[in-house]
Amino acid sequence: MTATALITTGSARPPRPVRGGRRVLVWIADHTVLSVLAVLFLAPILFVLLTSFMSSRQTLTASIWPQPWDLSNYVRAFTQVPLGLWFLNSAFYAVLATAFMLVSSVPAAYVLAKIRFRGANIIFLAIIVAMLLPPQVTIVPVYVMFSKLGLTGTLWPLILPNLLGDAFSIFLLRQFFLTIPTAYADAARIDGNGEWGVLWRVMVPMTKPGIASAAIFLFFNSWNDYFGPLLYASENPSAWTVAYGLSTFHGTHGTDWGTTMAVTMLVTIPVVIVFFFAQRVFVEGINLTGVKG
Amino acid sequence: MLAPTLLGLAVFFVYPLVANLYFSFTRYDLVSAPQWNGFSNYVYLFTKDPRIVTAALNTLWFVVILVPIRIVCSLAVAGLLLRARSAGGIWRTIFYLPALVPPVASVVAFVFLFNPGTGPVNLVLKSLGIPGPLWFNDPALAKPSLVLLGVWVMGDVMIILLAALLNVPRDQYEAASLDGANGVQKVRYVTIPSIAPVLLFALVTGMIAALQYFTEAAVASGVASGRSGAASGGLAADIGYPEDSLLTYTQWLYVRGFANFQLGYAAAMAVVLFVVASVFVALLLRKSRAFSPEDFS
Repeated sequence: MTATALITTGSARPPRPVRGGRRVLVWIADHTVLSVLAVLFLAPILFVLLTSFMSSRQTLTASIWPQPWDLSNYVRAFTQVPLGLWFLNSAFYAVLATAFMLVSSVPAAYVLAKIRFRGANIIFLAIIVAMLLPPQVTIVPVYVMFSKLGLTGTLWPLILPNLLGDAFSIFLLRQFFLTIPTAYADAARIDGNGEWGVLWRVMVPMTKPGIASAAIFLFFNSWNDYFGPLLYASENPSAWTVAYGLSTFHGTHGTDWGTTMAVTMLVTIPVVIVFFFAQRVFVEGINLTGVKG
Repeated sequence: MLAPTLLGLAVFFVYPLVANLYFSFTRYDLVSAPQWNGFSNYVYLFTKDPRIVTAALNTLWFVVILVPIRIVCSLAVAGLLLRARSAGGIWRTIFYLPALVPPVASVVAFVFLFNPGTGPVNLVLKSLGIPGPLWFNDPALAKPSLVLLGVWVMGDVMIILLAALLNVPRDQYEAASLDGANGVQKVRYVTIPSIAPVLLFALVTGMIAALQYFTEAAVASGVASGRSGAASGGLAADIGYPEDSLLTYTQWLYVRGFANFQLGYAAAMAVVLFVVASVFVALLLRKSRAFSPEDFS
């Protein structure tokens, strides 16, 4: 920048009170824009919530406020479709997948973060590539494999692979282990711990937030999964998850928007509850990887 | 400790990649054994398949239009939050919240909000005297409607960019001010260069995600057509609705492979996807420090 620019800004510098006044105006402008945007971002959730409390006749009218508040959509959600079963299936999938991932991926991430060995870099590279490539590039042989095992029509093809490590979770957990100074691991080794002892007694207690965030990511991914249940479980309605079930809901029940919105709320609420309990850990996880969960 | 993961990489990654290449040169319906048929899957894919060009172009549309729009909007909101000193707490939560909604639920919600007859969006437009468009039922507007959805759920990108903006050293802004830079110049010469690696990361990972764009398009087609569900013959019946405008590459792969059980052909489509995705993955590996194994501590 040139000297003229310096002089211009110098001479144009307003006296302090005006400057303060301008700052207030900017603050008001910024917050006005933010408030309008915030209303736009919250409006869809509000409309869905309000519609879920409307009678089916009222959803077809122009009024946006439920009159009267009608709980029958929530009752109908559980009686028209096996919503309870779908919830159980989703919970079964998400809980088992997360537990299996933790058992396999925490030790793997520890090894890749804290132990030097020949071939470590190539294994890490393979994990990164496996994580980044679209799952569709391997889906045909994997489907054939599970079909030969007689597991199509169940959710097991989505749960079992987690026993052999989940690439994204290993990557995320390794990032957390890297933040722990190696001196802690060395001290534990000198005290006579094997690698399992170092991991269990030193590393895991120090990376609890990281492990929690990896668990939440996998839990959400499993709960939200559509492609997996579509591929393996769509042929067997008794294995449907709530996310997959919702996708079939509309057509089979005409334009019953009230009930559809009730199910939409019910799928979302568990995720939001988990998020509010673990918000800090979760945001830290997003930032540490920069990768969408 | 690493043994299960090594087995997992072999069984669920290396073997399927090799097997997929083999299947792509065969005719395979899962019932009888694969039959070698040379390059005919590829010949059909590149010269005869009537819907694959549409599917590939729709996917490309999401890669080059949806992804940059999401990043620009995320950056704008993140910048605004930062300038208003509202980067934390309730504001950030409000803009992040939609990203938490399960994708199927967010699509169903948007198809409802934008439904032409009784949807709140068109009711609002009507009250302003504007005739509401058909949104998800209009072949020209179905993809832009999904862009609106994509912007609504942009919270994950926004949080990454917000963290990057918070990391820009304050003294660089002060130095720029001393040099007489105005607001636009500061963004151009200080902010953008400092967050460039994160922008690139968000762009490339976003594009890899867009290459496999499936759930949003498939669910939107099913719900908007009003015929979705087991009763109408499943996903394949409504795929791409309206008029193939939402038919993406991975949906077509799914229909070929798992609705029509042309697994050899689906494998050939997967090989093509692998080649294209590899370019993006290679770019990311070269440019991103997060993915380099060097940072042993």
